[in-house]
Amino acid sequence: MKSLNNIIKKEIKELLTPATIIPIVVMAFIFGSIGTSMEGIQEELEEKPVIGYIVQDTGDLVTLAVSIIDNRSEVVFNSTNINDKSIGLEQIGENDGMALIVITQNFSKNIHNNKMGEIEVYWIMKGAGIMDSISSETVEQLIGSINYEISKSLIEENSTINATIALNPSNKIDTTYFKGKEFNRLSPGIIIGLLSTQSFLFPIVMMMIIIVAGSMVISSMAMEKENKTLETLLTLPVKRTSIVTGKIVASAVVGLIFAIIYMVGMSRYFSGLNFSVQELNLADFGLALTSDDFVLMGISLFVALISALALCMLLGTLAKNYKSAQTLTFPITMLALVPMFFTMFADFDTLPLALKALVFAIPFSHPMMAARALIFNDYLLVVSGIIYVTVFAIVTISIVVWVFKTDKLLTGSIRLKKFADLRKHYRSR
Amino acid sequence: MHTVEVNNLVKDYGAIQAIKGISFNIDQGEIFGLIGPNGAGKTTALRVISTLLQITSGSVKVLEYDVKKNPEEVRKLISYLPEDAGAYKNLTGRAYLTFIANFFTYKNTKEMIEKGITIADLEDRIDDKVDTYSKGMKRRLLVGRALMTDPRLAILDEPTSGLDVINAQEIRKIIKDITRAGTTVLLSSHNMLEVEYLCDRIALISDGIIVERGRPKQLMEKYNASNIEEVFTKVVQ
Repeated sequence: MKSLNNIIKKEIKELLTPATIIPIVVMAFIFGSIGTSMEGIQEELEEKPVIGYIVQDTGDLVTLAVSIIDNRSEVVFNSTNINDKSIGLEQIGENDGMALIVITQNFSKNIHNNKMGEIEVYWIMKGAGIMDSISSETVEQLIGSINYEISKSLIEENSTINATIALNPSNKIDTTYFKGKEFNRLSPGIIIGLLSTQSFLFPIVMMMIIIVAGSMVISSMAMEKENKTLETLLTLPVKRTSIVTGKIVASAVVGLIFAIIYMVGMSRYFSGLNFSVQELNLADFGLALTSDDFVLMGISLFVALISALALCMLLGTLAKNYKSAQTLTFPITMLALVPMFFTMFADFDTLPLALKALVFAIPFSHPMMAARALIFNDYLLVVSGIIYVTVFAIVTISIVVWVFKTDKLLTGSIRLKKFADLRKHYRSR
Repeated sequence: MHTVEVNNLVKDYGAIQAIKGISFNIDQGEIFGLIGPNGAGKTTALRVISTLLQITSGSVKVLEYDVKKNPEEVRKLISYLPEDAGAYKNLTGRAYLTFIANFFTYKNTKEMIEKGITIADLEDRIDDKVDTYSKGMKRRLLVGRALMTDPRLAILDEPTSGLDVINAQEIRKIIKDITRAGTTVLLSSHNMLEVEYLCDRIALISDGIIVERGRPKQLMEKYNASNIEEVFTKVVQ
């Protein structure tokens, strides 16, 4: 029994190290945060949407529709004149609202004549992330309620309207304003669906490349140390920059091959899930990427990959062996996951300033955001991102080369002389 | 001109001073042995001369090049064999020698690889993956790698470590032979018989300082010892 206890104690000591505990704690924290966000979504769904309305009709069913709107939303504008549409949209925008509902002329009359009544919805779309679709969902629910209450009223009155119209009395016509463009007959939900490739596929693939290629670089450095090949390599007539560049380029090539494989697999996965709206095409709405856009995306992906690998190389210099290399991939994984989630769930433009700065500062965010930004001609974000990531990569590679030129790579201590002197000073006191 | 000139070399690892100001010279074609107990600073000295570690103070010159100022030029002249060196496991012995030879494009790489294969003497196993080699086979491959480049200075840390008696003898013979071709050898070893047999001159290092130096025969006479092992024990104690 004593021997058993001895073994159990030793095993627990070996298994419970910071390297094993920290990832679990952080993962728990991430899932906790996701749970909190979900609660936030639920609360947002329960909140009254901020809207405005124009009622052109004076029929009996309009009274019912307006009472539902007044009860279930926060109305910041109302009018009876369609010419006030621009003023209405302006006021709604100022109040951080999301839609202008127009109940068209002859709404009641059409329904009573066995025709669908028309409700026009002018959407002010703020972002293309999943979270941005929540606010439009509350307005969709409001329109659904109007439809339902009118239907209920018609059935209770025993009207002579045919069953199809009675069950579905109104027809919604959407127009969405987003990033300076007007999209006729498209609701924010459909636009977000159309952009699913840009919102989901690219961030996931980018995240996978960074993690896989990054792990390769870190492991490569760790294996050089573990297999005792590094010392030999460093005494050969080869420039340190060549060693660093060689390792980064090789991993980038393998990373890009993996990217293509992932891209094929993930696109099949998404089409299988029917994430995108199959019958609609982005190009039909002037949202196609040009060849120049693809070049910019390629550059963005390339510089981000190089910066990721340079960062991994820097971390790899700290790795003592293959086991410690596994732990060192963790910060890179986090840096890849954060922008991926932000790109999927939110839009860069709608983020608070502090989060914007955080997302911009993470070099891997830029290729994840590039496709969506380029579709809406946001060249400033993409080009500034490329410049920033290029500078980041150059600085990181320079630091790596500096580490390779010092003996810190072999002694494993990256400690600035000033700090070492300070430590000496305090020790002596 | 000496092949190696070490002047008042100091190497600190943070608060720990591994080498406390050592000086020695090695002439062309000479085999110079650095011997001492564990942790005396032998490997640190070899690593500094090999351009792997930075100099805290003092200077090291290999032929006309200063190790601190021209490490890239020094690397063209030297070949370093670390005590616990390894080779890339997924490469075959031949592929490993080819990989190394390709860094010496200014030399005849084909000849170099053949020389490496001859020194390693692994016969058909040269085309097997390094991962399948025994410890002794790996060491032979690494010695082959270190000496195939015809370096002006071969820095060998425990060159026969892990080898059996016959293989060790062969490697010692190869080391002797390369000095006849003009290569200078700086080696470190715990094997005092090896040191006595190979070295023209030796330096005994203890706690980061050179405590004795000279030709093995002279030292044995000075300390009235029958072999270098006795000299070593008397000096270190």
